[in-house]
Amino acid sequence: MTALTMPAHSERDASQRPVPWRRMAWVTWRQQRLTVAGLVTVLGAVSLYLLFIGQQARSFSGVAGHSLTLTAALFQVIPALIGAFVGAPVLAKELETGTFRYTWTQGFGRARWTVATLAPLAVAVTVLAGAVGFLFSWCYSPLIGGHYGSNLLDGNTFDLHGVTFAAWTLTAFSIGVLAGILIRRVIPAMLATMVAWSGLAVVTGVFLRPHYEAPLVSSKPTLPSTDWVMSQWWTRGGKPVSSSAIDQVLQKAGATVNGGSVTQSPGSALGNMSPTQYLLHHGFTQFQSYQPASRFWPFQWIEGGWLFALSLLLMGTAVWLVHRRAA
Amino acid sequence: MNVIEATGLGKRYGSTWALRECSLAIPAGHVVALVGPNGAGKTTLLNLAVGLTAPSAGTVTVLGDTRAGSPAARDGIAFVAQDAPLHKNLSVADMLHLTRNLNLHFDQGYAEARLAELAIPLNRKSGKLSGGQQAQLALTLALSRRPQLLVLDEPMSSLDPLARHDFMATVMAAVADDGVSVVLSSHALAELERVADYLVILSNGSVQVAGEVDDLLACHRVFSGPDAEANRYTEHLDVVHALHSKAQTHLLVRTDGSADPVPPGWKTRPISLEELAMAYLREPGAASLPRPSRAWQLEPTEVAR
Repeated sequence: MTALTMPAHSERDASQRPVPWRRMAWVTWRQQRLTVAGLVTVLGAVSLYLLFIGQQARSFSGVAGHSLTLTAALFQVIPALIGAFVGAPVLAKELETGTFRYTWTQGFGRARWTVATLAPLAVAVTVLAGAVGFLFSWCYSPLIGGHYGSNLLDGNTFDLHGVTFAAWTLTAFSIGVLAGILIRRVIPAMLATMVAWSGLAVVTGVFLRPHYEAPLVSSKPTLPSTDWVMSQWWTRGGKPVSSSAIDQVLQKAGATVNGGSVTQSPGSALGNMSPTQYLLHHGFTQFQSYQPASRFWPFQWIEGGWLFALSLLLMGTAVWLVHRRAA
Repeated sequence: MNVIEATGLGKRYGSTWALRECSLAIPAGHVVALVGPNGAGKTTLLNLAVGLTAPSAGTVTVLGDTRAGSPAARDGIAFVAQDAPLHKNLSVADMLHLTRNLNLHFDQGYAEARLAELAIPLNRKSGKLSGGQQAQLALTLALSRRPQLLVLDEPMSSLDPLARHDFMATVMAAVADDGVSVVLSSHALAELERVADYLVILSNGSVQVAGEVDDLLACHRVFSGPDAEANRYTEHLDVVHALHSKAQTHLLVRTDGSADPVPPGWKTRPISLEELAMAYLREPGAASLPRPSRAWQLEPTEVAR
């Protein structure tokens, strides 16, 4: 075999300058372009659908309102899917296929490689999801306060609007990245991402979101349907009345109370009054605690803010693990 | 300069030590064969040297006094892991481009000429290459970085004999032309005998033998003689391994290089590298094995020259 002559070592710099960051631009693009294409395709399809529905909602809102309520639930899975398909494989694939032994021993350095790979993807995910989120807000706005009883802070749609949709998607991506390095295999990391993200979303909706600000309390009998009513209770003469006491009062008046629902028997003392009106007439006062619709944007930024901070923390942890972890 | 220097180096996975109390100094300018049975810690030692793994105990430095895994170390060391991991969905040309972008030094001309000589098409996906071609591609990528040290982990384990020969030819050409130091782990001892001029034997996570091949061969001999007299001599000799065949005993003996008196009725002959390595590998128990001498108690200063 003939030997090729290799030129002698050029004098290596005594003070090592690192490989420039811009060199990673091509690398990240070449390695992630299929992922980005998939991301754009899926979110593009969702956007077209939202545009179509939004147009419908503005012409004859009935049909659109119905289908939007149905699809709102489907939209909830988009961040989880992005976390699983975009976030989880970034590190898990390197570890599963063994190519980390190549990538992480090149001159660029593994922690810097991780940062240079994650940052553009995180930005792409956030920007694209943000665009879809604001499109959703536009599409949804004709329905607010309509006869679908939609309130803006409702758990079904709150996290689909502009800021929070982007933040939740970035969070899912970050969970995926961290799951990837912890689990080191693609498919289990994807599943773990979906489970962890869903758990966080449920916990947030049920336990955290109602407490971003202390709820207001009102004794007004009716609140705008865009407000988010969280609980209600009755008082009489300044003292709280238990719900069983209320039930007794209504039963005495001839209504049938079955669980939470009140049925008026014909010819009862309630007459034409609703049970609420009847109680108000007889010296009871209803109090409701609620989050007013005006808190929509503050809540969006609160949730977006802490999710963004959490995402940075998760991705920072992933970079630190790459830097530290025994491979 | 020592290309790899370890002091009390240890690596623990859970409760088991993959490498323990490993002290070693490999001087530059050698082709080093790192041998040992499976699970001896060869891959762990190499991963520590290239900075893929952080030590649990002790220290490892490379290329003089450079910390393993530091930017200078990454720049000067090219590593080809076992089974030559490549991005299978990238073309050969993309792998070149990838490697060029990830490193300060990359000799595109060398890489292309080398691949042309090997008849590896640039537009073929890495995953579609044969095992031998993948190994050659990974090696070419590593050498194109013009490293001071080339580290190869089991580079030939999945190659057929012809591909092994071609692979080593590429390595030796780089050694001859560029003076690159090479550390390669293997259990294919026969291949290494032709190329290695420095031997390190790892056993149960610690270094058993380390030294230049010529020195090792010079201070080991095989004594053959009648079985009945064997015991009388083993007391006086530093016996590494004794092989008893019918009526004859073959003793692998460590000598100080000077001509030991040969007992009457006994014959002596030099030893081959493979015999030597096999003898030490057969006697892994540190207690039962007379360690390869006080003279090479594996103090870095002793081995380094």
